[in-house]
Amino acid sequence: MEKIRFLKNNANQMRRLIVEMLAKAGSGHPGGSLSATEILACLFFEVMRHDPKNPGWEDRDRFHLSKGHCCPALYAALALNGYFPKEELMHLRCLGAKLQGHPDRRTPGVSMASGSLGKGLSVALGMALAGKMDKKDYRVYCVMGDGEIQEGNIWEAAMAAAHFKTDNLCGILDYNRFQIDGRTEDIMNLEPVVNKWESFGWHVIECDGHNIELLIEAFHQAKGIQQKPTLIVAHTVKGKGVSFMEHVVDFHGRAPTTKEQEIAFKELEDIERDESQL
Amino acid sequence: MEKLYARDLYGQTLLELGKKDPRVVVLDADLSGSTRTAIFGKEFPERFFNVGVAEQNLMATAAGLSSCGKIVFASTFAMFATARPLDQIRNTVCYNNCNVKIVATHGGITVGEDGASHQAIEDVGFLRPIPNIRIIVPCDAWEARAAVLAAYETEGPFYIRLGRSKARTVTQKPPFELGKGQTIEDGRDVALVACGIMVNEALQARDVLKEQGISAAVINMPTIKPVDEDLIVRMAERFGKIVVCEEHQVIGGLYSAVCEVLARTRPVRVAAVAVDNKFGQSGNPEELMKHYGLTPGGIADKAVNLCRQTSGN
Ligand SMILES: Cc1ncc(C[n+]2csc(CCOP(=O)(O)OP(=O)(O)O)c2C)c(N)n1
Ligand SMILES: [Mg+2]
Repeated sequence: MEKIRFLKNNANQMRRLIVEMLAKAGSGHPGGSLSATEILACLFFEVMRHDPKNPGWEDRDRFHLSKGHCCPALYAALALNGYFPKEELMHLRCLGAKLQGHPDRRTPGVSMASGSLGKGLSVALGMALAGKMDKKDYRVYCVMGDGEIQEGNIWEAAMAAAHFKTDNLCGILDYNRFQIDGRTEDIMNLEPVVNKWESFGWHVIECDGHNIELLIEAFHQAKGIQQKPTLIVAHTVKGKGVSFMEHVVDFHGRAPTTKEQEIAFKELEDIERDESQL
Repeated sequence: MEKLYARDLYGQTLLELGKKDPRVVVLDADLSGSTRTAIFGKEFPERFFNVGVAEQNLMATAAGLSSCGKIVFASTFAMFATARPLDQIRNTVCYNNCNVKIVATHGGITVGEDGASHQAIEDVGFLRPIPNIRIIVPCDAWEARAAVLAAYETEGPFYIRLGRSKARTVTQKPPFELGKGQTIEDGRDVALVACGIMVNEALQARDVLKEQGISAAVINMPTIKPVDEDLIVRMAERFGKIVVCEEHQVIGGLYSAVCEVLARTRPVRVAAVAVDNKFGQSGNPEELMKHYGLTPGGIADKAVNLCRQTSGN
């Protein structure tokens, strides 16, 4: 219970930082950052083996944010873990900044860049194959967007990961049902998404992507799956936690204004207060 | 003179590297027999991955492996190694400065009968603007081997373009040095700067020119990026005219690289013997070379014209 409260608290802090850094930067992608917050909170504060003092540690679990535009969530998780001072977040997207508009290796904790969608699962597959080859027990986590998996390269990687039986690979689909131009079901339908991945040879777990307990359980289950990669289909809400951003396609790629930040902060405080009273 | 498949030596060199260094990993995309990576795959199945007909996955997986300390060779035909996965090469392999060596076979027009869809004559042009990558077009099998060894020893992404056909050996042990060109034959009147199989054509053109009273130097320029600026400038200063010979489109390859250097240092007349902004077609390699003017005669004509145009200077 203590653990769950700790993770919820970190997710809340991440949300505030996401809103704040984006408002400060004046551009960026809040929607998919907020939908992925619990996923990243679970990974970076509980599930993954990693050492902020030694970002290049050979035995660390690997994390790759394939949907690179949601890096504010990653930056928040890294900062709260102590990979770099929190002040860096306020220089997001500035000239010379450690925190680029999309993930870049100049950021401590980022080992591979992303931003052009659809390639991350292959990158993660490479990491998983290297782990197998070296008989290391690290796991590889790769977060993908639902719009992103419309890319052909994702399915090349999906096929290959099953073929090579990379059971040390765990994909997470942030199934927030929105992409830039609208709802995924209108732009390019993904359903039946679970069947697709299963038919490609993956073990698939579905869960509420904002429910910490269920996510932790899913990650735990994935660790036990042998001979197959696992995909966690995390059902999420784009813009989660900020009422006027939830399910609003405009906030895919628009930063909040300072006014909107204030409102968002109030809402997030309310959520925190409610949770702490539980 | 000896003729060898550069890809044979590539396969053998991979095998050697695999034996001495467990970090060497090889990937292919359903062309491992043709590219000769199968030689490595047979000996080291646990370090060889055939990803199937999936070139985007090929390059991005190679990048992932390299991020875990592997030295990754990724091979397929030059057409499929560059055009299809260009984003994976640009944004994943090169932007991350990955230790990925793309060794492509079947480069150039001499792929032959398969026709235009398989004739990679833009490959160097696709990749040349991308930071971090080094691009080598070896002139023969031995230089291909030297280039593969240099790529193995040098951290960072490489593109090495090999041909399909046997290449005539230009020098048994070429003094290959990354980023350096070499004067193979000296001359007085004009410099023929060439890469790949065109080096051999340039050497023959030198004989043709000799009969016409023109003394041509032949420079082998295997590294297209970073190109040997000093040598190019020296040649321009010495001869005042250069003929660039390459099995590539006239736009984007060695000719462009040479002109870019000279435009900002020592502008002189530079002629091109290259494919002139056209697609290829089916035919046997010799016929195609002739059809597109990639011959000793074609080179000699350009050199003679250039000498005439500049004789007043
Ligand atoms: C290859 C590529 N094409 C297009 C884009 C532009 N783009 C950025 S985000 C996005 C939509 C992504 O939607 P989704 O994967 O669902 O992300 P999320 O909803 O999690 O933000 C697009 C098309 C890109 N970054 N990369
Ligand atoms: Mg989405």
